[in-house]
Amino acid sequence: MATSMPPRTPLPPLRVPGQPTGGPPPKKRRANESISTWRLTDRIGYFLMWAAGLLVVAIGLGIVGFMAIKGLQYLRPVLLTSHPQADLDQSKSGGFFDPLVGTVLLTVIGIAIATPIAVATAVWIVEYGRPTWLARVIDSGIEIIAGTPDIVLALFGLVLFQQGIFGWMSFRAEDGAVFGRSFLTAGAMMSLIALPMVFAATREGLQAVPAHVREASYGLGKTRAATIRRVLLPSVKSNISTGAALGMGRIAGDTAIVVVLLGASLRLDPEGGIFGILQGTGGTLTSYVYNNSPAGEGNAAQKAYAAAFVLLLIVIGLNFAVDAIARRGARANGIETSRLGGS
Amino acid sequence: MLDRLRQPWTDRRAELTLGALACSVLLVIAFMIAFIAVKAWPSFNANGLSWFSAKGNVDQQLDAMVNSGANPTKADYQLGAWPLIYATLLTTVLSAACALVFSLLASIFIVEFAPERLRRLIVPIVRLLAAVPSVVYGLIGILVIVPFIGGSLISPGRKESVQYVIQLSGTSLIVAVVVLTVMITPIMIAMTVDGLHSIPRSWKEGAVALGVNRWRAMWTVTVRAARPAIMAGVVLATARAIGEAIMISMVAGSKGFAPNPADGITFLFEPLRTMAATIVEDSESINAPAMQASLYAMALLLLAGGFVLSIGSWLAKQPLKKYGVRS
Amino acid sequence: MITNDERERRMDPEQQSSSGAVPPPIRRIRVDTSPTVAPSRPTHAAETLRPTRGAAGPERMTIDGLSVFYGPKEAVKQVSLPIRQGEVLALIGPSGCGKTTLLRTLNRLTELTASARREGQITLDGTDIDDIEVTALRRRVSMVFQQPNPFPMSVFDNVAYALREQGSKRPSRKVLEPYVVDALQRAGLYDEVAHDLSHPALRLSGGQQQRLCIARALAAGPEVLLMDEPCSALDPKSTAVIEDLILELRESLAIVIVTHNLQQAHRVGDHVAFMYLGDLVEYAPGDELFTNPRAERTRDYVGGVFG
Ligand SMILES: Nc1ncnc2c1ncn2[C@@H]1O[C@H](COP(=O)(O)OP(=O)(O)OP(=O)(O)O)[C@@H](O)[C@H]1O
Ligand SMILES: [Mg+2]
Repeated sequence: MATSMPPRTPLPPLRVPGQPTGGPPPKKRRANESISTWRLTDRIGYFLMWAAGLLVVAIGLGIVGFMAIKGLQYLRPVLLTSHPQADLDQSKSGGFFDPLVGTVLLTVIGIAIATPIAVATAVWIVEYGRPTWLARVIDSGIEIIAGTPDIVLALFGLVLFQQGIFGWMSFRAEDGAVFGRSFLTAGAMMSLIALPMVFAATREGLQAVPAHVREASYGLGKTRAATIRRVLLPSVKSNISTGAALGMGRIAGDTAIVVVLLGASLRLDPEGGIFGILQGTGGTLTSYVYNNSPAGEGNAAQKAYAAAFVLLLIVIGLNFAVDAIARRGARANGIETSRLGGS
Repeated sequence: MLDRLRQPWTDRRAELTLGALACSVLLVIAFMIAFIAVKAWPSFNANGLSWFSAKGNVDQQLDAMVNSGANPTKADYQLGAWPLIYATLLTTVLSAACALVFSLLASIFIVEFAPERLRRLIVPIVRLLAAVPSVVYGLIGILVIVPFIGGSLISPGRKESVQYVIQLSGTSLIVAVVVLTVMITPIMIAMTVDGLHSIPRSWKEGAVALGVNRWRAMWTVTVRAARPAIMAGVVLATARAIGEAIMISMVAGSKGFAPNPADGITFLFEPLRTMAATIVEDSESINAPAMQASLYAMALLLLAGGFVLSIGSWLAKQPLKKYGVRS
Repeated sequence: MITNDERERRMDPEQQSSSGAVPPPIRRIRVDTSPTVAPSRPTHAAETLRPTRGAAGPERMTIDGLSVFYGPKEAVKQVSLPIRQGEVLALIGPSGCGKTTLLRTLNRLTELTASARREGQITLDGTDIDDIEVTALRRRVSMVFQQPNPFPMSVFDNVAYALREQGSKRPSRKVLEPYVVDALQRAGLYDEVAHDLSHPALRLSGGQQQRLCIARALAAGPEVLLMDEPCSALDPKSTAVIEDLILELRESLAIVIVTHNLQQAHRVGDHVAFMYLGDLVEYAPGDELFTNPRAERTRDYVGGVFG
């Protein structure tokens, strides 16, 4: 850490006789801020700041490196394609094909529900937003949803979807009680996790559209609705995708809703075709990792590591997708977008 | 008919449709509060204010609920949730405090002091840490940190010293706080860095031009002015910490035990279970009515916690507005 | 700290002319007793009122062959200038000619811009500014910016900021108060804010904010004061206050002022430097540059103003 500070006494510039003037002069060390003049508390703080920065790097590289090592050590291609078996012996407990499909299904359902609602809400708030108090209340409402723990959403989903009118989303018992746990119900609750992210990204995009773009469209005689459809939505497409990718990352990584609302079962219910699967329970990679960790019943660390590695790849992939989308969108619009840390 | 559909939407219809969809968000919140409150009512009704107190072993009470069957008596609702509430507060406050310090330092580093190449490395790392699913954090916690703590940090003597009260196995408060801190720090860093970037350069330049070093200028001007953004980050991260269920249930030992600070260092190694973790662990038995009411009661409390945080952050921003600090 | 008595003594022309070197006579203003004195001044006859000056004071800063680059773009080209105590150097020139850049180089603020690079030498009292620890340099060479940039704190905290941050201990408010009041008085702002020093600085008017920034710089006790268009946001009355302040300060400080207002440059500038596209075109005593410019470009630029 200390080595990054320039030396306190600068070397005098090297002067060679006969050196041609012109051209770049010899680089000179400047007497920059020397922390030796700082107050003691500031110096301690400065040191701690470096420590914190390097610790972030160390933790990040540590986690990724560790998961990569463990993942590559235990991940076999066959794990991705074989069904899980209920067996305590790790060599017989099969792969995690079903959880993988579960993750994909749940993510798709969740984002498919979240995106239209989030975009509609963002469009309404930015383009109409009247009455103002309602817009503000809805804005805060989305903040509240964003701050609601996933486990609370899961319990809410359970009581909500056990109501009779949602019977078609899951199974009914003989006595008519609705089970409430299925891909559809879990996906619906997952959409609430993704919704704030899609909403925020869309709203940011809409607010960044300059007023003259709208005015030009109105000037051509287009109605407001047509302007939204033909001008605004296309121009915030990349924002919507960014938000959606972020939201999908969150859905794929969520466990609590899967455990409570999807049943966290090992296998999908293949009866009744695709809709039957959606009505049935299942698990995802997250619940698979949870159940195979020492905290769950499985206690199969190797399987847990392998599945966690795949999960991590999916989540990181979605995050890289965010970057790619943002970059493409920026090129299309000719705007520099700055994400975290960009100045 | 088709013609009518093909007709461009009238403004009015578009506005109403979009507005209705937007309002569905409010409907969801209203239903959420209503449903959870209704389900939670039997538990509060049976226990009154003593719900929030410590009365006996909370784990035994929950077990009794599972065994009470489909038609529990009022006595079966008996619950003193204080150890769970206390565990939630303890993990949340400790990890939020650690994360605040940690993230503030790291954000200042990123924004002002990091060499360019390190900054290029650290920014994606922060985003990656924010994206790692909690179950992965939990997995690393339980397979790496817990054995380390249980095996190397807790001496046999320490284990014996409390063996009649609680078993120390490594799953503990300290692991929960450490992992939770790592989980929520990236959220705070992201918000703080954004906030620091949005402060006009001219303020920092003005301070630096007066001969104040960059470190002091950062703290006295930029960080001060970015307090609303920092507060927002704290609130978001705290909300995440309160509700974290999976990771905590994996690494914290899952005991309805209230770690006692009077135990000195041992305090850090004692197991606990937060409300969120309780919900996720006992959700299998949620069909037992008494258990159901108890879990929904905890969910209501978590929901209320989120509300209090939002209001708190809003209040905290108010006095700053006077000095032109934007939110 | 300058007490009022001392200030009057220092400003008294008789007393000073008796001490050998002829100092610039300065009109006495006493902001604290008669705050409305400034507008009574006939602004159109400014040049006739501008105090004649005597020999220049000691040379505080020397700019020697200074070039500043933003990436490949050369914003200041091979400029050499002296900055003397006891006189005001006014920088004029069309927009974008590098005045701000030149000024910011003098206390090494350009180093905050990653793309900026500098060549040539600048000395402060004979020491290369690169050899002075940068915060110490900036404490001695203070700057007032083109855009008022008061901190989002109270008026008092703004002015006290530099004092609080300088030492190794934070002085109490009681100790700071006289310094803050003095700085505010010198910047001609005290009367307007005296009733409430805890007023948020960002709620002041633009002109008040700029004077607050001047007060903030003065409170730090600089030796050289760099002012980048300090009056661009000000009304004539506040401008007059600032100009009086500049004339008053120039004995104890070396002042460099950038201005687009040629009359102002003429009123306050003992020496005037005209820059054009990064080049220093002409550097001459104010009277000479405005009445009898040597370079054609200068003539074109100032020509329309003084006929
Ligand atoms: N941060 C920067 N990066 C790149 N180029 C810059 C930067 N700052 C200034 N420049 C360029 O340097 C030149 C000089 O700018 P400077 O701000 O010094 O002009 P100025 O004389 O102060 O103008 P004005 O009278 O409008 O304030 C300009 O052409 C400008 O484009
Ligand atoms: Mg300028």
